[in-house]
Parts: sequence; structure tokens; C-alpha cells
Amino acid sequence: MSLPLIVLLPLLGSLIPLLSDNRHRTLNAWSTALLPAIALGIVLYHAPGVIDGQVDRFSMSWIPQLGLDLAFRLDGLSLLFLLLILGIGLLIILYARYYLSPNDSMPRFYAYMMLFMTSMIGIVMADNLLLLWIFWEMTSLSSFLLIGYWYQQSEARRGARMALAVTGMGGLAMLAGFLLIGHIVGTFDMQTVLDSREAIQADPRYLPALLLILLGAFTKSAQFPFHFWLPHAMAAPTPVSAFLHSATMVKAGVFLLARLHPALAGSQLWLYIVTLTGLVTMIYAAYFALLKYDLKGVLAFSTVSHLGLITMLFGLDSQMAVVAGLFHIINHATFKAALFMSAGIVDHETGTRDIRKLSGLRRQLPMTATLAALAAASMAGVPLLNGFLSKEMMLTETLDSSILGGLAWLIPVLATVGSLLSVAYSLRYVRNVFFGPKAEELPKSPHEPPFFMRFPMLVLVALCVIIGLLPALTVTGILEAAARATILPPRPELHLAIWHGFNLPLLMSVIALAGGIALYAVRRNLFAFQRQFPQRDALMTFEYNVRRLFAWTQLTIDRFENGSLQRYMLWLIIAVLFLTGSGLLDIDQLKGSRELQSLDGLLMIGAAITILAGLGTAVLHRRRLVSLMMLSVVGLMVSLAFARFSAPDLALTQLAVEVVTVILLMLALFFLPQRTPKESSGARIVRDMLLAAGFGGVVASLNYALLTRPLSSISGFFLDNSVSGGGGHNVVNVILVDFRGFDTLGEITVLCIAAIGIYKLLNRLRLFMPSSDSEGRPWSNDLHPMLLATVSQSVLPLALLVSVFIFLRGHNEPGGGFIAGLVTAVALILLYIARGVEWAQQRLSFQYQPIAVTGVVIAALTGLGSWAFGHNFLTSAFGHFHIPYIGDIELATAMLFDLGVYLTVVGATLMILANLGKLTTPHRPSKENDKETV
Amino acid sequence: MEALFATVTGFLAASGLYLALRGRTFPVVVGLTLLSYAVNLFLFSTGGLTTNGAAVIEDGVDYYADPLPQALVLTAIVIGFAMTAFSVILAMRVRGDQGSDQVNDQRAEEPKEERS
Repeated sequence: MSLPLIVLLPLLGSLIPLLSDNRHRTLNAWSTALLPAIALGIVLYHAPGVIDGQVDRFSMSWIPQLGLDLAFRLDGLSLLFLLLILGIGLLIILYARYYLSPNDSMPRFYAYMMLFMTSMIGIVMADNLLLLWIFWEMTSLSSFLLIGYWYQQSEARRGARMALAVTGMGGLAMLAGFLLIGHIVGTFDMQTVLDSREAIQADPRYLPALLLILLGAFTKSAQFPFHFWLPHAMAAPTPVSAFLHSATMVKAGVFLLARLHPALAGSQLWLYIVTLTGLVTMIYAAYFALLKYDLKGVLAFSTVSHLGLITMLFGLDSQMAVVAGLFHIINHATFKAALFMSAGIVDHETGTRDIRKLSGLRRQLPMTATLAALAAASMAGVPLLNGFLSKEMMLTETLDSSILGGLAWLIPVLATVGSLLSVAYSLRYVRNVFFGPKAEELPKSPHEPPFFMRFPMLVLVALCVIIGLLPALTVTGILEAAARATILPPRPELHLAIWHGFNLPLLMSVIALAGGIALYAVRRNLFAFQRQFPQRDALMTFEYNVRRLFAWTQLTIDRFENGSLQRYMLWLIIAVLFLTGSGLLDIDQLKGSRELQSLDGLLMIGAAITILAGLGTAVLHRRRLVSLMMLSVVGLMVSLAFARFSAPDLALTQLAVEVVTVILLMLALFFLPQRTPKESSGARIVRDMLLAAGFGGVVASLNYALLTRPLSSISGFFLDNSVSGGGGHNVVNVILVDFRGFDTLGEITVLCIAAIGIYKLLNRLRLFMPSSDSEGRPWSNDLHPMLLATVSQSVLPLALLVSVFIFLRGHNEPGGGFIAGLVTAVALILLYIARGVEWAQQRLSFQYQPIAVTGVVIAALTGLGSWAFGHNFLTSAFGHFHIPYIGDIELATAMLFDLGVYLTVVGATLMILANLGKLTTPHRPSKENDKETV
Repeated sequence: MEALFATVTGFLAASGLYLALRGRTFPVVVGLTLLSYAVNLFLFSTGGLTTNGAAVIEDGVDYYADPLPQALVLTAIVIGFAMTAFSVILAMRVRGDQGSDQVNDQRAEEPKEERS
């Protein structure tokens, strides 16, 4: 149960610094260090068991549907990394206390730091691939915060952005790889994945999965060609660099290689990609480390180079190489953290990190100089220090590699060159900064920093020396434990010793040392050589490319989304034509097997009128009123067609809607230009006609194909159950209010929302009012023709009666809430037209918005009501009742629902039309106005 | 009869689409309305063209029109009205606020052709 605590304590620890403020700096540092120290204690408590070979695991289900468990493990590999993360992390907390200036917010720094530490611990302890990925992305995010800690500096912001972009992208690729692995294995459980080596490597998805996961690892570990973010991450405060680039962040990538080594390694693919990437990175970065003038730049490139070395070792197909890689992870973390701290001290004390300005600091900073020199010697691989041991192992393993066939000798040669460069830049770092004449013109005069600022370095360098002198006593146990988690049996025996006799690796080491010193001596020639190449700043290149990508994206978006509705329609129609057209091409013949029905004359006349009216609407569209008249003809003919083909409900609905639509459009036309100007070019008209013809052809073909094919409908169910289940004989109405009541509820809600939207659109609308029609004739003065007024008034009660009748019988005869609502609406609108809005409003003094909303609410409550009786939403109940004088009547709760529909339709329709009609009132010509103008 | 019905649907769809491709609001609204007639007819016909079918359940009658497409189309007609209303009022609003009834974004430089 203590395993989750190791993750949880630092996470809680990220809150502790926030409780404090910037004034109590020492207290802040110690309180922050408390919880990770306890976590380190727990790790140490588990350590003997792990070294003896046990693997502690903890698992708790988190999101089982995704295969995501809160699962942690503590094996040798986790132990090795945990010691580095927590140990070096604690030293960094101490160091940062003295490094940060009083102006820097210490709580914020420590909070980010602890967050980062937590995510790192999560990565190394995760026992589930998805959980590992979550922590992985957490490191990307928290390192973004850390690198951008001095957010007032543009350099820091941009460096942080680039680091996040590169490592975040890699993280996403890695997730894709993990998902593939999860699909191959069937689970994301780490142990199962590690045990499924054969299954994974035999699967065709192994290749993409491996490439994606390696992309994640390489971006994180700054491997070539993704190395460019790391030097710019040096804009971070030095404690951050010391932590991120020695023990953590970049080590996450090589950790992943080690963690998944049992499952993924061993194939030719792995061998070549990983080894060669590592080798190229090692040499490339080492060369540039030699050329940098910024102390942290030197260390950044040397970090990339050493990560390349570790990556190469994990790639090689020998088990001892993997052990060497693990060993070098420890060694690199110790000497590199110490070196970063020394760079921080130099920067802190002198105010500069420029190697050209620094010189002879050993006089003022003797202690720091000694420690830095020892750490750099370890980095160079000088005997008696830990760096030498792992470098010897590395050189030995490169000799045994089977990669590259006949050119296998290249590997050890290049490895030696890498070591040689490493010696040269280590020497340059120490000699230029700490030796030579006393520097002039430093921004600050340096003094030895407080003891506790040097103390972390002291600890690390002591480790370098102790491990270097007594490897067998210090690290053998933990290395063996880590190797157990990383390589498959049979595992080689580990003999760590300083002296292996005179052999080839020793010769290579000597060559590297001597060559490195020689190269350092002639470095000026190298600088001169390098000056002939143009300098390229990775950050500038990156940002230039990002800007280009944005510009390109914007251009592409603009090309599609240019604000032209016609263009959007064009794309839509082309897509429709393509998709449906290709479907039509696939069927053998258009006509299906069904027998055709015979034609009669009436039908042909009806069809001819409909087609002509439809074409007329389109052809005469520039004369808008005529076009509208044509449209209404089409609407009426559609209504007749519904009646002809046994759909009385539809015919009634269509008729009523047609009336309302035409009135609405005429009202709207009053405020819009009466004519459409001629503006489309001939080519555009031809194009649109072709598109329209194609579209019409496709629609007609589809319709014909559908009509001539045998019909299999689910309607039999509705026909059979309408009376018994819904209590109504009008199946259409029963479907609307009962079977598919939920759909209807949605539909009346939409209707209500549309009406409210229109109501808002009409609010404070500025209108263009024509004083005459398009022919130049003034509007008629005869506002409310006598005949119409009289007729509409006498029709109103009758129409209302009819609508009640239609409503009541709707369940059993054609009719229902929709139709009744439309009839009521039409009758009321007629009154508005005949008598004017003012007259009608004085007499109909109610608001329509509440009516529509009430309708929706009634319908919804009816549905909810069935819950009260333990039924599903919208289950209807019905029964027969005997009412005196009227007789037997069948009442269903569906009728209540239908009442909601009725009210919504009436309310929404009148909300639209009455409000639109109201707009005309102030603009209406009147007899009085006319008299004035005359 | 099927061919005739399909032809009518096709013509209505073509006319509606042609109007919907115009550059002014009112023809576009009319075109969408016309298009919705075509769509309603199409949907309705998926239940087959029934002549003299019973609309209401009666004892002893077993020739019915397919009720399901009818129910779907019925709501489609009402929603179609709401859509027409909304788009035409939107057109009015655009004319009121922008002073133009063109459907294209006036700031876009592309549709030079429409402005003649």
C-alpha cells in the first residue's frame, strides 16, 4: 500500500510551497523537501527487497472501460530511477534556495518543481501503459512551466513553447503506439505487455507501433533530429536545467527504451533505428558542444551527446550493452547535475555564462573549481571516476556489435571519436573557465557561494568518485536489479572493475583522451573552420516554420471558407453528387423488380402543373412576387399529391403550412427588394443549371429506383399495435404522439426555439421601407377591405370550432395537434390581415411566447408523468369513458401530449407572423398621410 | 406512375437547388422551400405510392398506406416552415443591418463575379 504514497507525497508536496510566501525562503525550501524526503525513505525501505529480486506491484481500477488502471510497480529499473529523481531532486531543492534571487517567486518555482517530480516518478513507476502516458504528458506540461519560469523573458517563453511542441507531439505519437500495442496484446497492463514479446514482434502492427513509440522516446530524449529543443530549454533557471537534463525529463526517453526493452527490442528494426540514431546524435551533439560559447549551451549539447550514447547502448544487440546503458544513466546524472550546478554558481557569482569572458576563476572559487573539474573529468572518462567505467563498457560493447555487417568496425571507431570530442569539450569547460589568467571586466566580482549551495555538488562529485573507485560495492546490486527488469534471461554476470588488463577498449580510451587533448589544443582552427558555415538558430528556424505552417493553414482555410455562401453550396452539392452518383453507378439497373402502377390523365395533368410551377419559380426568380406565386402553386400541388396517395393528414398539414408560408414570405418580401438584379454571369448560370440538372437527375433516379424496388417496412408493427397499444385508429397520429412521441417532443422544441429566435431577430430591426411596389405604384389605401374583414370575422369562430374538432378526433380520424394548431393559426392570421395588427391586438391581448413554451412544457410533463406511474418516458395510457349526453369517448394521455403540440404550433406560428406583421404598422400608408402629401 | 412521380421530385429538386445557388437572399429562401417540398415528396414516397389506401384502422380493411413516412413527413413539413421562417427573417435582419441582401460575405474578395 505504500507504493502509491511514493507518487502521492510529492504531488501533495506541490501544494506545500504555495502555503508559504517569498519571505521565508529557507523554511520554504525545507518544508518542500519534507514530503519527497519521506518518499525517498519509503523507496529505501523497499530497496533491499527489490535488489534481492522482488517486484512490488499495486493496482487499483480507474477507468476499466479504457483499460486504464491506477497501477504502480517497483522493480529494479524503477528503483534506479526513483533514487536518481528523488535524490537529485532533493539536492536541487536545496541548491535552488540559494540560486533564486529574492525577486523570483520561490513558491511558484517549488510548486512546478514538485509537480514535475511527481510526473517523473509516475512515469518510472507506472504499471500500465496508459498511466505511463498520462504522466509522460504531465512531464511535458510541467517542464513547459519550469522552462518558462522566467516568463518575462521572450527567450524563456519561446524555448518553453518549442519544448512543449516537440515533446508534446512525441507524446501523442507515443500514445498512438501504446494503443497499437494494447490492441496487439489485448491489455495495457505493463507486465502482460512485457511478457508478450513474441506476439508483439510477430504482429504486422509492430512496425508502426515501434516507430511511434520511438518517436515519443527520441523527442523526449532530444535525439537527432529532434535534439534542437533541448539547448533552448536552457533559458530555464539553472536548477531546472540541472534537474531536467541530468536525472529526469530527457532521461524519460531512455527510460522508456529500457522499460519496453523486453517487449520491443531484439528485432533488426530496433537494432538499426535505435543504434544508429544514438550514434549520430552522440557525434553530432559532441561536435557542437565543443563550439558553444555559453556554458549551459556546452552542457546542453553534451547532454544530448551522452543521451545518444545511452540510446546507442540500448540499441545494440548485446545484453551487456544494456547494462552499460543503465550504468551510464546513473553516472551521467551525477556528473551532469554537478556540472550544471557549477555553471549556475559561475553564472550566479560572475553574472555571465559566456566562456569567452570567463577565465581563471579557480582563484576566487577554488572549491567550485575543484568539484567542477572532477565532474568534468568524469564526463571525459578519466580513470578512477565513474564516467570512465561506463565509457569502457560502452567501448567494449561496440566492438562486439553485429550491426552493419562488413562495416561493423565503423561503430567502435565512431564511438571513439565521440569519446574524443567528449574529452575535448570537458577540458575546454574546465580550463577556459577556471584556469588561465584572471578574467577582466566581469559583471560581478565573484566569491565562493554559501556552503549549502556547494553542498549538493559535493555530494554528487563524491558519488562520482566513490562509484568510480568502488563500483562493485556501490552500484552492482542496483544495476543487477535494473538489468533484471530490462533484459531477458539468460542474463550476463556483472563484473564491475577499474582494471580489466591491457585490451582494445583501454587503447580506445587512451586514444580518446590523448586525441581530445590534442583537439583542444588546436581548437582555434576548428572554430575558424566552423565560421565558414552560416549560423543557424534552431529557435528561429522552428518559429519560422511554425509561422509558415500557420500561414499555410490560414490560406487553406480561407480558400474553403471565404465567406461565399455560393461557394459552400457548391462544395456541398459536388460532394452529394459524387457520393450518391457513385452509389447509383454501382447498381445494375435503375428499375427494380416491382410492378409499375398505371397512369391516369389527372395524374399527368397534376404532374405537369407541378413541374411547370417549379420551373417557373426558378426561371422567374428575378420577379420575386411572381416567383412566390409559383411557389405556392407547387405547395398546393404537393398537398393534392398527398391527398391522392392516401395521406389525408399530410394533405391537411401541407395545405395549412402553405398558407402560413406564403403569408410569411409576402410579409418578408415587403421589406426586401421586389426584384433580384441581374448579376450572375452567363458562365455562372450555365454552371448552376448543370449542377441543378445533375442534382435533379440523381434525385429522380434514386426516387425511381426506390419506388420500383420491393418494400420492406416496419410499419406493420405500428398498424398492428396502434389500436391495442396506443388506443387510436389514426396510425399517423398515434406514431406522432405515442410511438415516436420523443421525436415529436424534440420537434416542437425546435419549433419553439426557432420562433423565439425569430422574435429576437425582429427586435430593433431597422427596415428599408419601400413607398411603392416595384412597378412604382403607391400602396393601396384600402387597408382593410370590408368584404375580407366581414368574412374573416364570421369565419373565425367556425374555424376555431373546426380546429377543436380536428384536434379531438385526431387520434382516430385524420387530424391531430399539428393540423388543429395550424388551422387555428391560419384563422387568427386571417383576422390580423383583415383588421390590422392594432385592432387584433386590442382584442387578443395575450402574448404568444408563453403559449408556445407552455405547449412544450405540457408535452414534456406528460412524458414525465408516465414516470410517476413507473413507466418509461412518454408511455401513454388510455381508457374509455362514458360522458353523459355525449356518449362513449376514448381518452388517452396522448391527447394531453397532443395539446402540447397544438399550443406550441399556435404559439410559434403566431409569434412569428404577428411580430413580423407588427413591423409593418408604423410604415403603413394611411389615408391621413395621403391627404397630407396631396 | 412511379417514373412520373420521380420526375416531379427531380424537377422540384433541380429548381430548388438552382435557386439556392443564387446570390440574393430571397431566391435562396424560396429555393430552400422548394427543395424541402422535393425532399418531403421523396421521403413520403419511401412508403410506396398507395392509391385508395385506408388512412385509419378499420375492421375488415387490410389495405393501408404506410403510416411511418407520413408521420415523419408531417413533422418535416412543420419544421420546414420553421426553417423557412427563420431564414427569411434572418435575410430581413441582414438587409436591415448590412443594407444588402447578398448572401456572400461582403468582406470576402472572391465573388467578384456575382457583383458584376
